[in-house]
Amino acid sequence: MGKFTIGCFSSLVGSLNLDFAVKLAGAALDKGHKVDMWVSGNATMLSIKGQRAFKDYSSLEKPLKELMEKGLTITACEACAEARGYNKDNTMEGFKRHSMDWYLASTFDADRVLHIGGE
Amino acid sequence: MATTKLGFIVQRPPYKSENPKLALTHAISSQSVEVYLEDDDLVTADIAFIGDGVLNCLKDQKAMDTYDLSSTETHIKMSLLCDLNVLVCKEDLDKLGLTEDDIVMDAEEFGADVTTQVVPYEKITKMMEEMNHLLFF
Repeated sequence: MGKFTIGCFSSLVGSLNLDFAVKLAGAALDKGHKVDMWVSGNATMLSIKGQRAFKDYSSLEKPLKELMEKGLTITACEACAEARGYNKDNTMEGFKRHSMDWYLASTFDADRVLHIGGE
Repeated sequence: MATTKLGFIVQRPPYKSENPKLALTHAISSQSVEVYLEDDDLVTADIAFIGDGVLNCLKDQKAMDTYDLSSTETHIKMSLLCDLNVLVCKEDLDKLGLTEDDIVMDAEEFGADVTTQVVPYEKITKMMEEMNHLLFF
């Protein structure tokens, strides 16, 4: 089985890119691949816990928690998060926070890298 | 010892979105990636500006005066200081009526040894073929 690194920079609300990325991560995990996911820029919005789920807006906390239980490693850019007021206290449990070099390190032994840029 | 080569391709203009600056900050972070890797393993970053992305390279940017933000120009200079390959598409500069005189070509004031390379798109394509992974911004 391979290793798949996904980087996503689009916001959770206002774009469906994160929805796609999370679904893709789930499909890869189900096939037995290792999946690392990196969120940076506006995508760090994904890391906030306790977001209210409306049917008109993307809400990925529940599927993300399920994927983390299946082995998904997901990390937010710490600087991008802090710049937006997303701090350690309001970060979802299991969501890691690192500097940008974590993403580059994850690509080192990845078989495939899918980078989804921002808005 | 192994090396993974990443190509950062910047297509969007500066300041309209965060993308160009994120491309540069992620590329610069290749300088500290060793903390996560085994000894002698490396991740390298090459940066290419194409399309409207070449506008990021304009010199004398006033981002600090206007927005109180560090400029994309400064990030390009930091990339040169870190010895990253910075390529700018000549054909796209031509389309915008720009020359080497209009863009950041060096970072001598920071002590950088390498300079920006204005190259034909063909050379950027060749660079992309040599990379393990491409990241488009």
